[in-house]
Amino acid sequence: MMFYLGLMWEYFKNYAKTRLTYRADFWIEVVSDLAFQAINLIVILIAFRHTPTLGGWTEAEVVFVFGYFMVPYGIFSCFFDLWNFSERYIVKGEMDRVLTRPAHNLFQILLENMYPPGLIGSFVGLVIMAVTARQMGMTFDWTDLVMLLVLTAGAVMVYFGLYTALTAIGFFTDAPTGILPLMFNLQSYGRYPVTIYNRTMRFVLTWLLPFAFVGVYPASYFLERSGAADLRMALLTPAVGLVFTAIGLVVWNIGVKRYRGAGS
Amino acid sequence: MTSMYLDLIRIRFLMMLAYRVNYYSGIVIYAVNIGAYFFFWHAIYGDQEAIRGFTLAQMTTYVAVTWMARAFYFNNLDREIANEVRDGSVAIQFIRPYNYLLVKLFQGFGEGLFRLLLFMTPGLVVVCLIFPIELPRDPAVWLLYAVMLVFSFIINAELNLLTGMGAFYIENVDGLLRMKRVFIDLFSGVLVPIALFPGWLAALSEWLPFQAIAYLPSAVFTGRSTGDEALAAIGLQAAWAVVLIIPIMLMWRAARKRLFVQGG
Repeated sequence: MMFYLGLMWEYFKNYAKTRLTYRADFWIEVVSDLAFQAINLIVILIAFRHTPTLGGWTEAEVVFVFGYFMVPYGIFSCFFDLWNFSERYIVKGEMDRVLTRPAHNLFQILLENMYPPGLIGSFVGLVIMAVTARQMGMTFDWTDLVMLLVLTAGAVMVYFGLYTALTAIGFFTDAPTGILPLMFNLQSYGRYPVTIYNRTMRFVLTWLLPFAFVGVYPASYFLERSGAADLRMALLTPAVGLVFTAIGLVVWNIGVKRYRGAGS
Repeated sequence: MTSMYLDLIRIRFLMMLAYRVNYYSGIVIYAVNIGAYFFFWHAIYGDQEAIRGFTLAQMTTYVAVTWMARAFYFNNLDREIANEVRDGSVAIQFIRPYNYLLVKLFQGFGEGLFRLLLFMTPGLVVVCLIFPIELPRDPAVWLLYAVMLVFSFIINAELNLLTGMGAFYIENVDGLLRMKRVFIDLFSGVLVPIALFPGWLAALSEWLPFQAIAYLPSAVFTGRSTGDEALAAIGLQAAWAVVLIIPIMLMWRAARKRLFVQGG
């Protein structure tokens, strides 16, 4: 364990050194990440100028969910995002290098692709939550804080499991499958109340590609409007996270066994 | 001379054709995005008949056709130029007996032709099967729309040339290009029709070239702008297409003098 924490710190120091050489780039990257989220928020704000509620949800509630959505997403994009995996590790064969080292291969790969600016999105999300919570006159006590940590951990595990499993497809085929970009677009469904979708979409977002568990389900734990059914879904988040993490790790390990190197 | 540029179109078209499989997943991604906004607007409308003159049916059609138009006019000319400036291969382009910007434009057109035939058209068929879309019955509208799409392509390509040339001045433009992309998606009306913008934002958009990329053609397609209004929209597109040539020329002249190639 200490070994892994030490490694993490070393990787982070390395990251900081390479990034500090191009400071301006770093900030432009951060701002452009946030611009993307800001535009999505603007869409919500514009839409609410034409309606008081969205499927029974008020503006403050929807924006609160939006803010919550950014929190696990930021953590995911900092530690678990392996966007370029297939190209870099399979096609170019960098996986060879990783496999000859003593630390677990997935851990090394995650650290090599660490992206600390992603966390800034999480902080902005927290700010959005705080602002809308004030608007709604919500009160917080320490159990809410604990639940925020637990639910966010669950949501991050959902991301981690799902994307690890999908990234592992790279072990089985080196052709680009287009599945990852598809998922990135699909996950934005999770930041709106699931009640606005039809039955099929709701089922898919809850059980198959559980993006509702990275946004609206856990977020509704904190909202006053939520009934018993909503709370049940919210509390399912850590369980769904554990199940998907297990699936992700199993698929990954099967994939690594199939890895044969890229030659040359 | 002309045949050289025509060949550029042909070559890029064939090149895209070789990688056509990548675009099948693109159709699904666009359908996913259209779906997200379809459900979103559905919930926003609720019981309302129309918002700012858009009926729900019109809105659905607007969302679908705008995204599919984006599938056509979208290209990465900006990134291509930036990459060629960064890796220095633009120096070779300068020596060759052609106009570099025209080459990029025609390559973009080859890509656009591919996207029109193998992305937008099948995509529109797929989307029509999934979502309740009302296609215009009047053939004149289709004709107008076809002309407007060509202008959409030209204006978007011109803006890409302009921002791509930013690489002559800034060493790393990736973040800026990403920001430009989301910015254009908002201000061109892809995410929200400009008619729904709050007053001051709509007024601002009317003085920017972006609405000519997506909003104006889609307004004609959905039957919002008809007759003289539609013709005026085409006139506005044509005007922007011509006006944008000026900054491109100015920037190009300055950029050629500034170019320094890093490394070799």
